[in-house]
Amino acid sequence: MASELLLFYLFAAVAVVASALVVGQRNPMHSVLLLIVSFAALAAVYLLLDAPFAAVIQIIIYAGAIMVLFLFVVMLLNAGREAVQAGTKVAAGARAAGGVLAAVLGVELVWAVAEARRVTGAVPLDVDPAVVERLTSVRAIGQKLFTEYAFAFEVTSILILVSMVGAVVLAKRRGEP
Amino acid sequence: MPTLTHYLALSAVLFAIGIAGVFLRRNLITVLLSIEVMLNAANLSLVAFGRFLGTVEGQILLFFVVTVAAAEAAVGLALVITLVRHRGSLDPDAYATLKW
Repeated sequence: MASELLLFYLFAAVAVVASALVVGQRNPMHSVLLLIVSFAALAAVYLLLDAPFAAVIQIIIYAGAIMVLFLFVVMLLNAGREAVQAGTKVAAGARAAGGVLAAVLGVELVWAVAEARRVTGAVPLDVDPAVVERLTSVRAIGQKLFTEYAFAFEVTSILILVSMVGAVVLAKRRGEP
Repeated sequence: MPTLTHYLALSAVLFAIGIAGVFLRRNLITVLLSIEVMLNAANLSLVAFGRFLGTVEGQILLFFVVTVAAAEAAVGLALVITLVRHRGSLDPDAYATLKW
């Protein structure tokens, strides 16, 4: 199906461009808003992967909850623009080296993936309707999550509790009750 | 129909963009955002492999990663608020001492 490939390229391009702009942006507010665009495009890619549960989680938790938290902090700190403090100049060489390293990592990863494809040939995804049905069903995910992975799920709730208490303790002004 | 390679290549590119953000940005909030980009790249490969293997485990792992990302964002942003209260700067290089 060529249309699916076309959709993939469209959403992949949106995700990559939005993510690159997040990084290339000086204003944190714009970065946060662009990251929401990137997350929405990724949610569409999840839909192409027959994972509606993942797409909905991506929108509700990432684009909804986490990004609102970021926006709130950006507004709270009034972080309008990136201010480089005097006296903390970083060596330009160090930044250039970081950029080069990141580019090398990207090329390396893409090369590894392409090489794996060259060795094994193109691996089409399973299109068996029964498999697709199981993958798209939230019921199957819930059953696995609350039986096989019940312990991990409970540990997650403790993690959330700890991070909640930690965030409150850290953000509290000293001396306040 | 896109193959597994397409999704993995997209994931690799997104991860590299996130790494570049952590290396290049001089703003604590943007650094945290870049970490979110990297987590998303990892999520994409998890879901892609889950789809490839025909299991829902990829999506279950994504669920856990999203939970950890939420916890990380909450604690990370609380740390940023505390740091800015102490020094009034969002530049990570302003925090070069352990104690002040």
